[in-house]
Amino acid sequence: MDRYLLIVSTVCFLAAIAHTVVQLRGGIFRPVRFNFFAVGFGFILQTAFLSIRGHALGRCPITNLFEVVIFVAWSVALFYVVVGPAYRLSLTGAFTAPLVVLLQVFALIAPIDHPHRAKLPANPWLEFHASMSLVAYGAFALACIAGVMYLVQERQLKTHHLHSIFFHLPPLTDLFAAITRLLWWGFVLYTLGLISGFFVGEPLPWIQIVCAIGVWILYALILQGRYLRWFAPKRVAALCIVGFSAALTLLWGITFTAQTHTP
Amino acid sequence: MNLFCVGLSHHTADVEALERFGGSAEIDCLLRSSGCAEALLLATCNRVEVYGASEARVSTLDIARFLDRKIDSHISPESAPFYRYEDAQCVRHLFRVASGVDSMVVGETEILGQAKKAYEVARSSGAAGPYLHRLFQRAFRVAKQVRTHTDITRGAVSVGSVAVDLAQKIFGDLRDCKVLVLGAGETSEKTARALVSRGVPDLRVSNRSGERAENLSQLTAARVVPFETWPNECREIDILITSTSSEVPLLSREKLAPTVRERIDRPLFIIDIAVPRNVDAAVNDLEGVYLYDIDSLQSIAEQSLAMRREQIAAAEEIISQHVAEFEQSMARGLSRTKGTTEHPMVSEGSLRASEL
Repeated sequence: MDRYLLIVSTVCFLAAIAHTVVQLRGGIFRPVRFNFFAVGFGFILQTAFLSIRGHALGRCPITNLFEVVIFVAWSVALFYVVVGPAYRLSLTGAFTAPLVVLLQVFALIAPIDHPHRAKLPANPWLEFHASMSLVAYGAFALACIAGVMYLVQERQLKTHHLHSIFFHLPPLTDLFAAITRLLWWGFVLYTLGLISGFFVGEPLPWIQIVCAIGVWILYALILQGRYLRWFAPKRVAALCIVGFSAALTLLWGITFTAQTHTP
Repeated sequence: MNLFCVGLSHHTADVEALERFGGSAEIDCLLRSSGCAEALLLATCNRVEVYGASEARVSTLDIARFLDRKIDSHISPESAPFYRYEDAQCVRHLFRVASGVDSMVVGETEILGQAKKAYEVARSSGAAGPYLHRLFQRAFRVAKQVRTHTDITRGAVSVGSVAVDLAQKIFGDLRDCKVLVLGAGETSEKTARALVSRGVPDLRVSNRSGERAENLSQLTAARVVPFETWPNECREIDILITSTSSEVPLLSREKLAPTVRERIDRPLFIIDIAVPRNVDAAVNDLEGVYLYDIDSLQSIAEQSLAMRREQIAAAEEIISQHVAEFEQSMARGLSRTKGTTEHPMVSEGSLRASEL
């Protein structure tokens, strides 16, 4: 039953992609809130899935790679729903949806939904640590999406080849402001998650700690570079993409080692 | 009652003919002389058209004579290239005109305002009655729908407006932008004015001749910067408009690179409208610098116009739907009124209500 919710949710995100592609191919993109509602409905179904799983497990549903991937996809959609309209980035829906679809299709197809043999004991600190870190990943993902939008828009402005999408993308300065704020949101949430990790009361694998601190240092460097003006906005946008790709790879490592260390 | 439109436009007539017939003809005279029940005159710089509703056919020649301001002219109205549309064709033509599909610059929106004004003049003088009311109200609705559901008005089609659009795509809100105009030419003045009209609060002017810089500064409330010190302004400004007559580039990549490094997190938009160019093309390779010369601006304007033309088919589809609906609603209105009165004359109030 819960997987069906996830399938319908994926279809909602696919609808947002299809709508945008059809409109952009026709040379028209109307900010008619279709994307917002499609992503919003997909988000509600994701929430329902996580809620059902959570009740079944009796804890936050991030016990295996499948659940972690879905939780990241949910965090991405959460930030889009909360941040997207606030920054008037109506087209972020179209850019957000492919990432969410990619994550969910992978989660649904790959054999990674392994139930734990024994019921895991609830540990509020551990759950807070993991969920905060994953919500931070949502912010980093949206910063990565805004980074892609920035690079697309910047390239068009540099080369003087303006495509239909140019008129629908937000101004460069607005995108850069959104990237900066999302990076800060993600960084603060990730720091909270990292600090709470020291209170879980269980020994964590050292590789997990190194990976988690590695991600934190990576984003700290990007923000420091931005603050000290080491990097131009274009570099920051590119680093957001590189950073999220690296963070996603490290998340895989963290989740994999966590799974091998739990009963 | 028949609807008709007689007129000439940029498609059929030259400027001379448009000037000749686009005088200040009184629509009341037409009503009196031709026997039209209703009439409306739409006169712009690109078209002169009379829309009318009459029981009997009013000849094109009568309309041409009415419009001819040069009565003593040796050119006869018969030789002028007038077109004539009746009923459904007239309805379709007006819908195309109001939507900007028939305009010289496809998708321009000024025509809608002009059509509204012409309708208002005719309505207040009593020349436009229920038939034209219904026709024009529907035309305004069609125009709005075409603008909302197609990209026919998308993109700027003049050099000045392209520059402003690009500035907005780089900076978003222009109310925090600082602009330096280098060279006080006509195009740079127009572009500067367009930027000021979009909210640019800080305008600076620099020119070899201090007098011309002063003139432009008075016109646009700008601050004059001595020509010798303008490169220093590049640290502060966001937009640079150059249009000097210099034969050699005033700004090279090597000169600008140190300044760009100092302002790494702020983009610099350079609009070079001078011929020959004032800014070395290699400047565009610097990070955060967006250089547009007159050719690239014109090319974008043409690209936008081409994109607008691509939208004509979608606009025509909307127009066709409305023409069919309008025809049906008129037929329904007429059959209702025929049942109640011998001479069909629909009251303006009832038509307005049915339209709503």
